[in-house]
Amino acid sequence: MAGKTLFEKIWDKHVVTKVEGGPSVLYIDRHFVHEVTSPQAFAGLRDRGIQVRRPEKTVATADHNIPTLGQDQPIRDELSRFQVNKLAQNCEEFGVDLYGLNHKWNGIVHVIGPELGITRPGMTIVCGDSHTSTHGAFGSIAFGIGTSEVEMVMATQTLLQNKPRTMRINIEGDLQNGVVSKDIVLYIISQIGTGGATGYFVEFAGSAIRSLSMEARMTICNMSIEMGARGGMIAPDETTFEYVKGREFAPKGAEWEKALTEWRQLPSDEDAVFDKELNYKAADIEPMITYGTNPGMGIGISQSIPKLEDIEKSTQATFKKSMQYMDFQPGDAMIGKKVDYVFVGSCTNGRIEDLRAFASFIKGKKKADNVTAWIVPGSHQVEAQAEEEGIRQILEEAGFEMRQPGCSACLAMNDDKIPEGNYAVSTSNRNFEGRQGPGARTMLASPLTAAAAAITGKITDPRDFL
Amino acid sequence: MPIDKFVKLESTCVPLPIENVDTDQIIPARFLKATTREGFGDNLFADWRYDKSGNPKKDFVLNDTTYSGKVLVAGQNFGSGSSREHAAWAIVGYGFKAVVSSFFADIFKNNSLNNGLLPVQVSKEFLEELFQAIEKDPQAKVEIDLDNQKITLLPTGKSESFDINPYKKKCLLNGFDDIDYLLNINDEIEAWEKAHD
Ligand code: SF4
Repeated sequence: MAGKTLFEKIWDKHVVTKVEGGPSVLYIDRHFVHEVTSPQAFAGLRDRGIQVRRPEKTVATADHNIPTLGQDQPIRDELSRFQVNKLAQNCEEFGVDLYGLNHKWNGIVHVIGPELGITRPGMTIVCGDSHTSTHGAFGSIAFGIGTSEVEMVMATQTLLQNKPRTMRINIEGDLQNGVVSKDIVLYIISQIGTGGATGYFVEFAGSAIRSLSMEARMTICNMSIEMGARGGMIAPDETTFEYVKGREFAPKGAEWEKALTEWRQLPSDEDAVFDKELNYKAADIEPMITYGTNPGMGIGISQSIPKLEDIEKSTQATFKKSMQYMDFQPGDAMIGKKVDYVFVGSCTNGRIEDLRAFASFIKGKKKADNVTAWIVPGSHQVEAQAEEEGIRQILEEAGFEMRQPGCSACLAMNDDKIPEGNYAVSTSNRNFEGRQGPGARTMLASPLTAAAAAITGKITDPRDFL
Repeated sequence: MPIDKFVKLESTCVPLPIENVDTDQIIPARFLKATTREGFGDNLFADWRYDKSGNPKKDFVLNDTTYSGKVLVAGQNFGSGSSREHAAWAIVGYGFKAVVSSFFADIFKNNSLNNGLLPVQVSKEFLEELFQAIEKDPQAKVEIDLDNQKITLLPTGKSESFDINPYKKKCLLNGFDDIDYLLNINDEIEAWEKAHD
């Protein structure tokens, strides 16, 4: 019999039972909750007269709606305030721990889970949020669910799920200077498209992946949903254990040793078979940038936007619509395009390493006058660390402003909206029409490419400065 | 939440021949601030449907009285992006009962099924035929027969079968929901917890 994949080992262990001819009942180890996708689920429990089955396996934060300035004040937007308050009431009523606004552990749900040591190898983790895939960087099965499923997990700590197929994407070799994990994942999506991994759970592997830090691995798994995957994961190794060790909720003492022994068994067996396997060379990857309105519309920064005739017939109408929205011409070069806004943050690139990379790039330089830049840490802990390391000061000296943590301009549910028609280089994960505000034009890139744009005021190859 | 039963549907269609329609287009984030499931239909495709002052844009299909019906026919990779179930609520809220496309994003598919909205995945060729038939005659109807897993373009009689998980099919045909099922197997869940916790 063939060996098992990392995915299969975790999945098989968590199957409670299987519905005849149907999905499996999967036990869920951790359920993260935020204010936008949970109120209807709590209401459902109330209607049924039932409780959250395992509140101690559930943890909540407020992140999507919160302002990034003046967090000590009541939220001004009435609907946002209501939704955030509703979360607090629901958590109180159902006995769920909440790291709400102004809590020292508050932050974007996919940033705080890992940094508090709640996210650990071998777990099943869900949240009513598609970027739950982030947590897969620790070698866990983590994926986003809808609100009906949020209610399901609250009520039963289980979920009905069909077993996805497995895919392994191998990236071998060394990355070029100036190329970081965001570029790897944008590159993969540009190759296979936004539906390229639909129906699959993806394991990222290969020497280029193994050499990455946990923050960088999270960036890759975070965006696995943008290739359509159910989730992404990376085998746990010493880098993983080193990161988890000593964190607030990480196991301690004998428990830690026991956990380590189990975690070391998790990586895919040598002879494990994947339903699909893709291979890429790290050396082929350039700093990436998107030119269109889905994350698959990305190119190496030195390249030009495809010409209409290079696009498949059935996709041409969609491509044209996208060009119109961005006000770009097919065949245009990306280098030199004007930039109005730069956003550094989100669950993709709002971690300390991202702020460090941005700060070391802009240190001693000045922000371009035509650029408005929002640097938004992913959590209060990231903010505190940035403060401690002197990053805030470096930013301020270069004319940048560091705001308070939250999802911010990643989805523009708060006041951080890119004005209509303006161009933003964003380190977040989605460049959909209107994602960063009605009419906003988003170009996704790494923190380094964002930094290069912020100081030159236009799309610039970060390698020019290295 | 109990869902509406879905057995058989005969209806005209609303065509949306755009690919990769993501859930941010189906329901933009600024409309996600509600705490109930109702009312999202009014903002379905809001940024394509209304101009800045909130007036209907004439060229968008939902504002074009030529087209109506309970079936939305869309380009491939429908429902990608955010996991927001609000997208399914908005489509159901507007009055659609089924969405036909040649490819659906995973989470959207689950969310639809959990709300009694049937995602019907057809071949690229069949989808193309559907678009053409609707363009030729906006009154062209399709029949969607869940029990036999068959979609038929009535003017031509051309039909194609579609896949659905047998468990989900049973739920839709009977209006069952997953939580009732899971609450009923509490003993098994407890046994798993005893063995693993
Ligand atoms: S930062 Fe953006 S992608 Fe991440 S959880 Fe918040 S809204 Fe979603």
